[in-house]
Amino acid sequence: MIFLTALIRRLAWSILLIFAVLVLNFLLIHMAPGDPADVIAGEMGGATQEMLDDIRKSYGLDQPLHVQLWVYLSRAAQGDLGNSFFYNSTVLDLILSRIGPTLLLVITSLMFALVIGTSLGVIAARKPNGYLSYFVTIVSIVGYAAPIFWTGLMLVILFASVIPLFPISGMYDIRTEGGMFARGLDVAHHLVLPAFTLGIVYLAQYSRLTRASMLEILGSDYIRTARAKGVSEFKIYSKHALRNAILPIVTIAGLQFGSVISGAVLVETVFSWPGLGTLAFESILARDYPTILGILFFSAVLVIVANIITDMTYRIVDPRVGAPK
Amino acid sequence: MSDATANILIAESPLSEAWVVFRRSGLALFGLALLFVIIILSIVGPLFYAVDPFDIVWAPFTEPGVEAIVPLGTDQLGRDILAGLIYGGNATLLVGVSAALITVIIGISIGAMAGYYGGLADNILMRITEFFQVLPPLLFAMVLVTLFSPSLPIVAIAIGVVSWPSTARLARAEFIRIRNLEYVNAARSIGSKNTRIIWRVILPNALPPLIVSSTLSIGIAILFEAGLSFLGLSDPNVMSWGLMIGSGREYILDAWWVVTLPGAMIFLTVLSVSLVGDGLNDAFNPKLRER
Repeated sequence: MIFLTALIRRLAWSILLIFAVLVLNFLLIHMAPGDPADVIAGEMGGATQEMLDDIRKSYGLDQPLHVQLWVYLSRAAQGDLGNSFFYNSTVLDLILSRIGPTLLLVITSLMFALVIGTSLGVIAARKPNGYLSYFVTIVSIVGYAAPIFWTGLMLVILFASVIPLFPISGMYDIRTEGGMFARGLDVAHHLVLPAFTLGIVYLAQYSRLTRASMLEILGSDYIRTARAKGVSEFKIYSKHALRNAILPIVTIAGLQFGSVISGAVLVETVFSWPGLGTLAFESILARDYPTILGILFFSAVLVIVANIITDMTYRIVDPRVGAPK
Repeated sequence: MSDATANILIAESPLSEAWVVFRRSGLALFGLALLFVIIILSIVGPLFYAVDPFDIVWAPFTEPGVEAIVPLGTDQLGRDILAGLIYGGNATLLVGVSAALITVIIGISIGAMAGYYGGLADNILMRITEFFQVLPPLLFAMVLVTLFSPSLPIVAIAIGVVSWPSTARLARAEFIRIRNLEYVNAARSIGSKNTRIIWRVILPNALPPLIVSSTLSIGIAILFEAGLSFLGLSDPNVMSWGLMIGSGREYILDAWWVVTLPGAMIFLTVLSVSLVGDGLNDAFNPKLRER
């Protein structure tokens, strides 16, 4: 029951947030220097006078501002985020066609970072002054400081000429023949470098965090009690310590979704991965404002959904959250 | 209590005590030295190396270490990479520091008000913060810079506008912790105004964690600037490390050094800033002082 009310409250607030993002987009169009009609058409869309007149009319740009906002919001509610004159398509279609690859990249990277990062952290925590601990510290410092696109470019140089093991560009090879399995394998092959580049940043953070919180937990009373009553070392790590150590990591992973999407923009651009990030990059070059604003809106929605999922997962994993006191 | 006695026994100022802890960490000292070298190179370097980074001085794509006149080679137009690295640091550091300053000013103001006043003000301000956290920061900054021209001030403002929420949350937590301590009540009882209590009584005591986070914000801002430049969103008329990366990235497979070298400078700068930040974090941590 508590879970359900929490979920409903969370959903209501999320709808409000989505609405707020739309209002922000509207304000940005009007705050930008120049004629809003030009902004909506996109500067390099080759907007003719006829096209501009058409935009003014359909967006009600000759009306007072609050009427314009209403027009904008009701269009958005019907899934109309405008048209990209550059791509000659509606923004919604454009984004829907690119969202899959981005989700594939982002989720793979996060899973890679979570699994490998926490494992490294747990192993490092067994010997706080061992080599692996130093390795974890160094990886986390380097992973934080290296610009993500730079890491990607270094991998491109490495894998383009020195060790040509993985493809450095695109999502599939058009020459690939065969059924679903062969194609899936091809995509996975292309996914290796982008996912590694994006994942390594978060892997660095998670391994460091896991190591720190494992060290704290392993020194706590209930672990000593477990040891005293003869619980096996493996069970202590897997059942008693890790379950508690992983909670903050789950929270952080969920909260970081926005930053992961930001990273994906750069990584996709480096590896020409055909997702929202490359679309954002291309639409910026083309000054295609409706598309770039549409991407901002959609990625905000993705973050909101990710936050709801994290929040609810947390409530399930840790029953103390939200329990009556 | 043991903290307080330790402090009295040592009888040193908090700053010199922090320095004692900071000094013990080899990594922090290394970071400080590295940062110092980078700053000196950017400020004094141009006086000794008078080559305009936009001038075409030699054949394009000259490899590093081949011609003595261009020791680090040239880019796709034949511009001197070394000159770019020396002059470019100025713009990158300037954007990084000013963006971090904007982040800190917005973050502390909002966090301080939310934490101090609590109640409805807190609720509203935190909802606004949450709203800003929903927008992927780099995408939001890209939109701002695209809409309002890619000049250095706009880039710095855009980075500041997208990165303040975490600082605000931190400041809020600190203000909530401190607002009911005895000395704050004492200030209130002698009739100090709220603004005075916020800025003169609480803020100085909330500073240590905020200084650490501000240091880290500089690193994050430099990474942001680099990312925006990589996407072609930097001022084309001012040489910066990001601009070098952005303009050279198409030639990455023909000339590795054009992008690798400025990227390495950004890496070293962010590395030094974050090592200093980690060192400060330990230095301000009272638990580590006693040892």
